[in-house]
Amino acid sequence: MVDDMQRGGYIARDRAWQPDALTPPYKTSVKRSPQAALISFPTSLSEETSPVFGHDILGPLDNDLILNFAQPGASAIGPRIIVHGRVLDENARPVPGALVEFWQANAGGRYRHKKEGYLAPLDPNFGGCGRTITADDGSYELRTILPGPYPWPNGANDWRPAHIHFSLFGHGFAQRLITQMYFEGDPMIALCPIVGVLKSQAAVDALTARLDMKRTVPMDARAYRFDMVLRGRRQTYFENRVEGL
Amino acid sequence: MQNRDDLKESPSQTAGPYVHIGCTPNFAGIAMYDGDLGAAMKTGPVQGQDIIIKGTVYDGTGTALKDAMVEIWQADAAGLFPSANETRGRADPNFTGWGRSPGDMETGEFTFETVKPGPVPFPDGRMQAPHVSVWIVARGINIGLQTRLYFADEAEANAADPVLSRIEHQNRVPTLLAQPEEGGTYRFDIHLQGPKETIFFDV
Repeated sequence: MVDDMQRGGYIARDRAWQPDALTPPYKTSVKRSPQAALISFPTSLSEETSPVFGHDILGPLDNDLILNFAQPGASAIGPRIIVHGRVLDENARPVPGALVEFWQANAGGRYRHKKEGYLAPLDPNFGGCGRTITADDGSYELRTILPGPYPWPNGANDWRPAHIHFSLFGHGFAQRLITQMYFEGDPMIALCPIVGVLKSQAAVDALTARLDMKRTVPMDARAYRFDMVLRGRRQTYFENRVEGL
Repeated sequence: MQNRDDLKESPSQTAGPYVHIGCTPNFAGIAMYDGDLGAAMKTGPVQGQDIIIKGTVYDGTGTALKDAMVEIWQADAAGLFPSANETRGRADPNFTGWGRSPGDMETGEFTFETVKPGPVPFPDGRMQAPHVSVWIVARGINIGLQTRLYFADEAEANAADPVLSRIEHQNRVPTLLAQPEEGGTYRFDIHLQGPKETIFFDV
């Protein structure tokens, strides 16, 4: 990762591609969106460094939501799936050692949270969170159950498509990202006001995992492929830094 | 035109109301791992001035957010980062530099027990005033908000800081200044919107 220091600062975030802060159909954004312009400056060491998460923090079931909250001999209820992919940067280089955290509703669309009041029952064997760290080639995988869609108070009849939340920690604090993964073919995607904050079909597609029959485990679990991209660094020889810094 | 083989950053989506399940599960009542990541920034005795950062995130109506997650990242007292990308020296081995707070269950107030950071250079070689990088996510925030905490009692360094000095509306700079209180505490409230709106960065 010393290699990173020999490259330039982080490429500016493409604000024309990323969602805006104020998106009125997603009502909560109205009073939680800054109104002044963001102030830009080039990344410094403060943004180009980040904590290191070693593989030694991981327990053997951390990336297995089917088992990581289950009683011995039990497992979470729902269609069994594997989600796998790679974390890359904008230069298409793998991001090894990235902390990937994920959380989701259970198969009935219910979260294990005290503020959650949906009718669907909790699954006593499903906690709904997990984590992993990417391998040298940027790859990661997790096992879980297909989350259910659920209603939420926004419009009078808004439902979230089935989704998994992802939190990503790369090599620089500037790369910090939280996003959501959707499932290929879900008709709820097009109806969702949170998906609706995305500015293009290409952006929706970038968050829609594809069914992957090649990775599917016969008689066990289907697989979905989901790649994620973090900001990259300028790969220029010429950089306006003080010599030797 | 030629096709390019570069990629677009994954689009951001809100952390939603249940970010604590994923990032601070023990706080959310789900016993997982060996505790929540980022809960402690010190793993032993740490060089420098111990400080506590406290603050609350407010929406445009002045209501405190109770479903936010705030993360901070900072240098140690010598200005070194405990990061694989730090090549200038070795940071304090008992300092992680990184904190993550789900906020208080009842009030939403976030707390970080840390040390006052040392100065860190800007890419052009000028020295930046001591500061802490802050990242805020919550339901209703479509893409994580980046800001910085500076220290109100570092007036001389702040005046020379290359980031603070480029801010056109200097009357907004106080929104980035943590105010010293008793007992080594600095208060840094974050206003997402309204007349006291915090300065947010695109960095």
